[in-house]
Amino acid sequence: MNVLFFEVTLLLYFLGTALFLTQLAGRWEKGSHASLAVAGAGFFFHTLALVSRMIEAGHIPLTSMHEALSFFSWALVLVFLVVELRYRVHILGSFILPLAFISLISAAALPKEIRALEPIFRNVWMHVTLSLLGTVAFAVAFIAGLMYLIQEHMLKSKHLDGLYHKLPALDFLDELNGRAISMGFPLLTLGIITGALFAEFARGSFLNWNAEQIGALGTWLFYLVVLLGRVTVGWRAKKAAYLTVVGFAGVVFTLVGVILKG
Amino acid sequence: MNIVAVGLNHRTAPVELRERLAVTEARLPEALARLKRWPGIDEGVILSTCNRVELYAVVKDTELGLESLSEYMVTIAADVSPGEVEPHLYRLDGADAIKHLFRVAASLDSMVIGEPQILGQVKEAFEAALAGKSTGVVLNKVVKKAISVGKRVRTETGIAENAVSVSYAAVELAKKIFQNLAEKTVLLVGAGEMGKLAARHFISAGVCRVLITNRNYDRALDVAKRFNALPVPFDEFHHEMAGADIVVCATAADSFVIGPEDVQRALHSRRNRPMFLIDISDPRNIDPAVGTLDNAYLYNIDDLQGQVDMNIEQRLREARNAEDIVRAEVPSIVMWMKSLEVVPTIVALRHRANEIQRAEIERIMAKLGDLSPRQRALVEELAAAITNKLLHSPLIALKAEADSPNGSLFAETTQRLFDLEKELQRMSSESSSEQGRRE
Repeated sequence: MNVLFFEVTLLLYFLGTALFLTQLAGRWEKGSHASLAVAGAGFFFHTLALVSRMIEAGHIPLTSMHEALSFFSWALVLVFLVVELRYRVHILGSFILPLAFISLISAAALPKEIRALEPIFRNVWMHVTLSLLGTVAFAVAFIAGLMYLIQEHMLKSKHLDGLYHKLPALDFLDELNGRAISMGFPLLTLGIITGALFAEFARGSFLNWNAEQIGALGTWLFYLVVLLGRVTVGWRAKKAAYLTVVGFAGVVFTLVGVILKG
Repeated sequence: MNIVAVGLNHRTAPVELRERLAVTEARLPEALARLKRWPGIDEGVILSTCNRVELYAVVKDTELGLESLSEYMVTIAADVSPGEVEPHLYRLDGADAIKHLFRVAASLDSMVIGEPQILGQVKEAFEAALAGKSTGVVLNKVVKKAISVGKRVRTETGIAENAVSVSYAAVELAKKIFQNLAEKTVLLVGAGEMGKLAARHFISAGVCRVLITNRNYDRALDVAKRFNALPVPFDEFHHEMAGADIVVCATAADSFVIGPEDVQRALHSRRNRPMFLIDISDPRNIDPAVGTLDNAYLYNIDDLQGQVDMNIEQRLREARNAEDIVRAEVPSIVMWMKSLEVVPTIVALRHRANEIQRAEIERIMAKLGDLSPRQRALVEELAAAITNKLLHSPLIALKAEADSPNGSLFAETTQRLFDLEKELQRMSSESSSEQGRRE
């Protein structure tokens, strides 16, 4: 059942991505309700897929890369729907939906079978959930930063057409960026702590310097600097946008490395 | 029955003439009452704005109606002669008049295409006409339709999008840098006319905090008082820049008043919160090097004017889509008007047939004498069957043609064939006396 729901979701996210991207290119009012409805329907089926998978597996389905990517994609769309309903920044969908779709289709390409959970991995979901939610926040910061850089370029070059009209104000994007980082950082911190505790409990050592751990620590340090810079010396606006775009590229790079290795 | 329009606008008549013929709000009720009584006019609406004076009316005879409406137009002003007005008038009827009204409501006939006032003015004109009871079935429907076409054009095309004045373009730009202008501070450097105009636009866009500085401090005080703003001495304004999100520079100085190091300092103490600097002075008052600083957005008057020109071009492109909408909406109203002519004919025909039927039954009953109830019923049934069968096809044909361009031709032919003119006259006098009673 969960596979069927998953495939319906994949189809809906594809459709949503297509709709949101055509809106990015064309006039705005047309089809904005349709794309939102498709995204909403996709989210509904995605939730069904996750819940039914949980029932079938008998545990929280966060034990394989397939499941992690699917959850990541689900949380991204959730954030989009919340921000859209709260702030009406429809264009966010044109950036988030493609990312959610890419993440979900990557999940589709990975082994989908439900793994039997060894008792020792019972509590690993907490570490995975927190780390993934942190990554979702960084993804939102990345998208806000990307939109900021595009809008900033439009305003600086005085080329005030097309996307300029659709993108929100610079300070809104900067605010979104800052909030995403300040939510993502504590989540990642907790994710790393729970991960270390779990490793200590399962393997007897909380740090064994594998690629995944180095990547996680590097990410954590990077965002720590970004966050501190913002609070103390005013690394906001364009600089913050650049840093979050680069930082997320690093996160994706690490993630791909982990997938290819594992 | 036809709809006619007579008017003059910013293209056909000079402003002096338009001003003399303008019907002010105070005079409108009286003018509408007079229009209602004017010979040959069944319904009327007066649309008077600073760019146009137009009369719309429903008349029985198109030619006479146009003539009569033109005569009325001349009487609006006491001191103009027909010879002065006539050459500037346009006269339209039927689909052309309807289309013209739709274009006006859609702001396609305005001096600045897409300007938002006209739709409201059409609504006001309609409300005044409703209040003065100078409209009826036809104009009510047509003007309401025009208003909805106007709305549709505004929402479905980009005709009203984007600023078409320099000050407004500056406000639009500011909204793309700052989400909420109400929380922002504007610093106005130079209290000349251009600067004041820009400040006024920012205030009406929601900005609450305005600082004003001027070389002549008395003038800054004076303007500050009027705008409910804070005056700042000219030699201190550089310190205030750190708190200013938007700087409007409009002095008459012949050198730069704000340089990159000033802005750099301000940005630093603002912790890199963006600044929007607008230079609307000639020659330039803000060093163009400011524009290269991160988080500082500098626009001068040429940039803004370029934006305005682009927006106007954009509106003209969108106007083509708007014209398509207008064109598509006209035929349905024209057909509706045609069907208005057919419906009374159908009613009259039925009425006349029933009259004959009733009269003939009475006559034959008198001759036949005593009949059983069953026999009476049969005779009545026979009479009804003959009239119904006979009328069936003409009624079907009339209904079918009601919406077609031939509708009125069919209606007229039927009226001639069945001698319905008297019947129709009786009906219209009845309905108007009924209307009189209701009023």
